Amino acid sequence: MAQHLAQPTATPVLPAKLPLKAVAPWAVFFGILMLVLLYFVGAEQGATSVINGTGVHEWVHDARHLLGFPCH
Amino acid sequence: MNSTTVRNLLVRGMLAGLGAGVLALIVAYVLGEPNVHSAIGFEEAHAGHSHGDEAELVSRGLQSTAGLATGVLVHGVAFGGLAALAYCFALGRVGRFGPRATALLLSGCALLAVYVVPFLKYPANPPAVGDPDTIGKRTALYFLMMLLSVLLAVAATLLGKQLAPRTGNWYATVVAVLAFAMVIGLAYAFLPVVNEVPEHFPAALLWRFRLSALGIQLTLWAGFGLLFGELAQRLLRPAPTASAQAVPAGS
Repeated sequence: MAQHLAQPTATPVLPAKLPLKAVAPWAVFFGILMLVLLYFVGAEQGATSVINGTGVHEWVHDARHLLGFPCH
Repeated sequence: MNSTTVRNLLVRGMLAGLGAGVLALIVAYVLGEPNVHSAIGFEEAHAGHSHGDEAELVSRGLQSTAGLATGVLVHGVAFGGLAALAYCFALGRVGRFGPRATALLLSGCALLAVYVVPFLKYPANPPAVGDPDTIGKRTALYFLMMLLSVLLAVAATLLGKQLAPRTGNWYATVVAVLAFAMVIGLAYAFLPVVNEVPEHFPAALLWRFRLSALGIQLTLWAGFGLLFGELAQRLLRPAPTASAQAVPAGS
C-alpha cells in the first residue's frame, strides 16, 4: 500500500497563480470594508469620532487595550 | 472561475479569522483580563481625576466579557479577510510553497508586520498608562508604524522576488530581510518615543500585560494560519476521490 501511495505524491505541483485582475476588485471593496471594521474596533471615539458619544469606545474598551491599540 | 476562487478564499479567510478570534478570545479572557483588572485597580487608587462622577455607560462585567468578545472577534474577522486577500496575491508567487504552507508563511509574516514590529516601538498599554490628552498623537503614530511595517514587508517581498533569479533564493531572502530590518530600524530611531507610564505603576504588571497582549496575537495568527491553511488546502487541492485512489491500488 505504501509504495503505491508514494508514486502520486512524488510530484508536488505549485498552486496556480490567481490573476491580479481577478483579485483586484475583491481586494479593493473588501479591503476597505475590513479596514472600516478595524477602525471601529481600534480607533473610533478615541482619536477621532464618527458617531457621537462614548458608547463604542466603552464597549470595546478591554479589547482595544489587549489588542494593542492606544485606547485613552 | 478565478473570481469564484477569490470569493471562496475570502469567505474562508473570514471564517478562519472568526475561529482564530475565538482562540484569541480565550487567551485574552484567561491571561489578559486579570491584568486589565489590576491596572484599573491601580488607576482608581492613584487617579488624579475621578471617574466616579460620570455615569458608567458600560459596566466592567460587560466590558470584560461581551465587549471583549465583540472587539476580539471583529478584529479576527477583519484581519482574516485582509489576510485572505493578501493570500490571493501571494499564492504561487512567493516560492515553491503549497496552499497550506503559503497560508502559514503569510500568517507568520502578518504577525510580524502587523503586530510585532509596531509593538516593539509602541507596545500595548493597560488602563492607567497613557495620557488622554495625547491619544490623537499616539493613535496616529501606532497606525503609521503599522502601515509602514506592512508596506515595507510587501516591498521586501518584491525585492526578494527581483533578486531571486540572480542570487538564488537564500541570498535574495537574506538581503530582503536585512533591508526590511534596516529601514524599520531607521523608523524606530526617528519616530518619537512615547513613554507615559505613571510613576509607581507596577513594572511586573506592565510586563505581564504586554506579554499577554503578545500571547493573544500569537494565538490569533497561529490559529489563523493553521485553520485557513486547512480550508485553502481543501479548496485548492481536493483530496483524491475514491476512484483516483483505486487506480494505484489496482495496478
